[in-house]
Amino acid sequence: MHYSLGPVLYFWPKQQMFDFYKQVAKSNIDVVYLGETVCSKRRELRWRDYLELAKLLSSAGKQVVLSTMTLLEAPSELNELKRYCDNGEFLVEANDMAAVQFLSSAKLPFVAGCALNIYNHHALALLHKQGMIRWCIPVEMSRDKLLAILNHCQQLGIRSQFEVEIFSYGHLPLAYSARCFTARSENRAKDDCQLCCINYPAGRATYSQEQQKLFVLNGIQTMSGDCYNLSAEQANMADWVDLMRISPEAEHTFTAIEHFTQQKTMPLTAEHSNGYWHQIAGFAQA
Amino acid sequence: MELLCPAGNLSALKTAIDHGADAVYIGLNNQTNARHFAGLNFTEVKLQQAVQYVHERHKKIHIAINTFANAEHFNAWQQAVDLAARLGVDALIIADIAILAYAAERYPQLELHLSVQASATNAAAINYYQQQFNVQRVVLPRVLSLHQVKQLASNTSVALEVFAFGSLCIMAEGRCHLSSYLTGESPNMNGVCSPASHVRWQQTEQGLESRLNQVLIDRYTDDEAAGYPTLCKGRFQVAEHTYHALEEPTSLNSMALLPELQKIGIASLKIEGRQRSSAYVKQVTKTWRQAIDACQNHTEFTIQADWQHQLDALSEGRQTTLGAYHKQWQ
Repeated sequence: MHYSLGPVLYFWPKQQMFDFYKQVAKSNIDVVYLGETVCSKRRELRWRDYLELAKLLSSAGKQVVLSTMTLLEAPSELNELKRYCDNGEFLVEANDMAAVQFLSSAKLPFVAGCALNIYNHHALALLHKQGMIRWCIPVEMSRDKLLAILNHCQQLGIRSQFEVEIFSYGHLPLAYSARCFTARSENRAKDDCQLCCINYPAGRATYSQEQQKLFVLNGIQTMSGDCYNLSAEQANMADWVDLMRISPEAEHTFTAIEHFTQQKTMPLTAEHSNGYWHQIAGFAQA
Repeated sequence: MELLCPAGNLSALKTAIDHGADAVYIGLNNQTNARHFAGLNFTEVKLQQAVQYVHERHKKIHIAINTFANAEHFNAWQQAVDLAARLGVDALIIADIAILAYAAERYPQLELHLSVQASATNAAAINYYQQQFNVQRVVLPRVLSLHQVKQLASNTSVALEVFAFGSLCIMAEGRCHLSSYLTGESPNMNGVCSPASHVRWQQTEQGLESRLNQVLIDRYTDDEAAGYPTLCKGRFQVAEHTYHALEEPTSLNSMALLPELQKIGIASLKIEGRQRSSAYVKQVTKTWRQAIDACQNHTEFTIQADWQHQLDALSEGRQTTLGAYHKQWQ
């Protein structure tokens, strides 16, 4: 089993990002995904900053993957995406078919991110033909569904031709919108958001009227209210999953990295869930 | 500009055609379509009757095969494509790249439309689907501003279809797992959102409560109109405020943009609502037919008061919005 660190989904100040990745460089993590995947207005880190971080991490022995924007609307966002795809050095994670289009046209290998809708073996065969070398499964996919897909991949003779990665720890990215819910929570219009996401390094918790934590608002992204935690599943995955992904959180990221890389279980607390993996509601605990 | 209307059954389909739809879109009564609700959609026999009815009147019928195929029952999606091809359906609305590939390879003459569930929001993504599968039309997700729609129209050569009226998805379609997070069932995997089987209503001392898989979605006082507990339209708490944290119950109505949509060269205006009644289909179809005709025949387009009134009455929360088309809303 290898362990990866997903892109930072929140909006953190530049200094915090650099401090964070300096610590990541010293950790046991194998693969690091870098890049802004949520909102193109977040520009604390520019392209050259990400490249600097990529070099720092890669010289520390990490495999660096540049992760790309998920909801692309403006031509300027496509230009930025193209720059990531054409970087000439690092592997790229595609989170939209636009990235698949750029990468496959350039005959470059890519990671299919969890926001691409891949739910069957034929879709995997097609993307593999176009350059996919690793598949991070959709967050809502269960163990049983995944096993069924991989069995069919075996029959197609493609099972060993790409790696399988599972989002295993952190608040799950559940939805993307035209609207910015963080700006809305501050009663601001999206085009006058004043980059307020930066005030919420762990997003904004959203509760039902009975104080049940349901979601976390993270700009245009809606995340799970609970932190997904599949650390107890590691032994079951050992033979057939290639990578477990930890998603950076404002707290406990390095504790999680430590536990996962030492194959230890982080006990499920009231703030954790693992429902999706067990094919029940995502917010439930099996 | 084509007026494309929804039909959940044969009666709604006939109603739409009889009241001015240029085309209708429907789904089969199985897991292959994104409105997989009990009592809704078409069997093979009904589909055959539907095709006949529509073609005798020289209109078009599109079939939505727009969920993501699962590995164990992959042939259900293939069979849906085979059936549509055999019965002479005019266009297939597909989201899954595997199903697009199957349809494009097996039936190269078939017209393929990219479903909104594929979430193609930019020119590069659209180029991918066009080059790989010869997709001839793309249904745009309800996340784009009018300016962005305009840019797409000039940057791509596929025909564009936009949502004109109906329930509003606040999230990019195909990119929302909120329903499965609370219920285990999702649009992508099951063709449902906030499924009725998980909904409970309860009158309490604090008011009427709507729940989804036991989670409190909203609570209504006696003088408030209660809406279906689609989870993105619930009232939740963020810090000390309780409000519609994601979206108010409201419907999309883009009628005011008709002249501009026409100018941009939008191919088709889609009315949402395969789950709605024939009465809804009749009213919406009639009203939009009049509006499109007025827009095409006159230089000055004004929305008649009775059109607005009729559409408001059919709308969720009895209010409408221009949605993402209007930048302010974003």
